[in-house]
Amino acid sequence: MIPLSWYMALAVVLFCIGVCGFLTRRNVIVMFLSIELMLNGVNLNLVALSHFLESLRGQTFTFFIITVAAAEAAIGLGIAIALYRSRRTVHVDSLNQLKG
Amino acid sequence: MFDQLFFGYCALMITTSGILAISLRNPVHCVLMVLVLFFHMAGLYLTLQAEFLAAVQIIVYAGAILVLYLFVLFLVSIRQELQLDAFIPNPWVGRIIAVGLGAGLIYVIPAFTLGEKGAWPLAAIEELTHTKALGQELFTTSLLPFEIAGLILLVALIGGLVLARREEVGSVVNEGDAVPQGNAQGKDQEVVS
Repeated sequence: MIPLSWYMALAVVLFCIGVCGFLTRRNVIVMFLSIELMLNGVNLNLVALSHFLESLRGQTFTFFIITVAAAEAAIGLGIAIALYRSRRTVHVDSLNQLKG
Repeated sequence: MFDQLFFGYCALMITTSGILAISLRNPVHCVLMVLVLFFHMAGLYLTLQAEFLAAVQIIVYAGAILVLYLFVLFLVSIRQELQLDAFIPNPWVGRIIAVGLGAGLIYVIPAFTLGEKGAWPLAAIEELTHTKALGQELFTTSLLPFEIAGLILLVALIGGLVLARREEVGSVVNEGDAVPQGNAQGKDQEVVS
């Protein structure tokens, strides 16, 4: 039997890897991937807790998180393609039009 | 004993492939590392008796979302990839923030105590099978969130269509003033549409 704290520690590690990737990488697509890593850390925590609490609520929540992650990936990558299409002919690595 | 060994293997693979995924230079390699990570996450879900979620993890995450990432990576050419100015310019600041956050959270974990047990002990789930139990929970207690999830998927579908649509005026201007770029651009958009 694996103790709950192992799962929670692994979830923390996964979440922090995601945070680190989001803060250090400059490629938009890898930043989205880091968000997926963070969501997976949260999912692992929820599934472990729902197993140890003998409740299915955490697993339904994980189900919804996977749905929202799919929607987020579709929209985010659509925005990335649109940005790439419109900014490619100018400076590609300076997408700072929203900066004041 | 076998459980602990399996957990150790999965944890090791998840950590290493996660670290590789955020540190490799080539984005395609990053996506493949995340694929390895998702498979091992599915293995961990199996140790938690969540078989349906393990299947969903492989089908939806590894099968659909990562393939979407790969398609976008092929559309956005690797050599001239899409980059933002880093949110925090010095990478060490980000790393220190992440490690500090992790240390703080792990420090807090031992203080956690389990609350009241819910209505689904393991024997009940095993008797009903996991998929059926999860379906019952989804369609009774959380029916409204389930409908909202469907709405979110619809919004994502329509949003993806709107974002991928070519704007008529913009494309005319583009073809007019960027003749040398016209070839590559036309090829990309053919693939999109």
